[in-house]
Amino acid sequence: MIFDVVVDVASHEGIADPQGATIERALPALGFEGVRQVRVGKSIRFTLEAGDDRGARALVEDMCERFLTNPVIERSQIIVTPRRS
Amino acid sequence: MTTVGVVVFPGTNCEFDVADAVRRCGAHPQLIWHNDTDLAGVDAVILPGGFAHGDYLRTGAIARFSPVMGSVACFAQGGGPVVGICNGFQVLCEAGLLPGALQKNAGLKFLCQSTEVQVASTDNVLTAACRPKLRLRLPINHFEGNYTIDAVGARRLRDAGQVVLTYVDNPNGSVDDIAGVCNSEGNVVGLMPHPERAVDALAGSADGRVLVEGILASARGGRRLAHARS
Repeated sequence: MIFDVVVDVASHEGIADPQGATIERALPALGFEGVRQVRVGKSIRFTLEAGDDRGARALVEDMCERFLTNPVIERSQIIVTPRRS
Repeated sequence: MTTVGVVVFPGTNCEFDVADAVRRCGAHPQLIWHNDTDLAGVDAVILPGGFAHGDYLRTGAIARFSPVMGSVACFAQGGGPVVGICNGFQVLCEAGLLPGALQKNAGLKFLCQSTEVQVASTDNVLTAACRPKLRLRLPINHFEGNYTIDAVGARRLRDAGQVVLTYVDNPNGSVDDIAGVCNSEGNVVGLMPHPERAVDALAGSADGRVLVEGILASARGGRRLAHARS
């Protein structure tokens, strides 16, 4: 099976996010009030061949642990969607 | 003659400054391409600054998989002195040879300036020759120099004397003003400032010389120092 994978990477809560803080400070200048807790991350997208949903997820979790994220400063959220053929 | 291996990744750009500093301090530099795995005859390893593998994904994230890194890890395990400068520090953190991580500077500015650092501990292969609290003027040149570690890890580093250098006036938001750290054995050190660019007064400061000479002294008796500690 082919899966569409999205890995959403963001810094851990409590880790300073200077980009997020800068955006948060800039928004009121454009009239956008009430925005809080801005965090900037990145998303990594790819397709993956795996036997089933669980297997695909396990593989992506391993990739995140060992390469795609740095667990010291980042956490990830994984979305795995089977592709309809 | 003492030989210092200077690792060159695609995108490394400080290897010649490091080689020159090593030569000025009386040792022989040997450039080691990242695909090479042979560290035979090398007494110390320096990972210089730059943008290894373009710093894609994260700084040091790809460099850590370069073939040479397996040999560097073995060399470190055997007690050999390993020092990462700037991008080299980032690579050592990603490789798990040093604790913590380096993220974007607070203030989001690329910093290229002279800065003052203080020696925080001397039980390692970089500052072994320095007196405690010695202040040095060294250049920094980085965007991702903001040393990050959780509160427990930071306390552990402090208690174990693994904080090697601190900034006098923190330029980048690093936890506890940390400019350099070492592993628990003291033979692997990473620092953001560039001592190799400060080995001659003509370049603005010669304060980096004591650090380069420290690496060379450790290279000559490096294994003894590592063993004495553990």
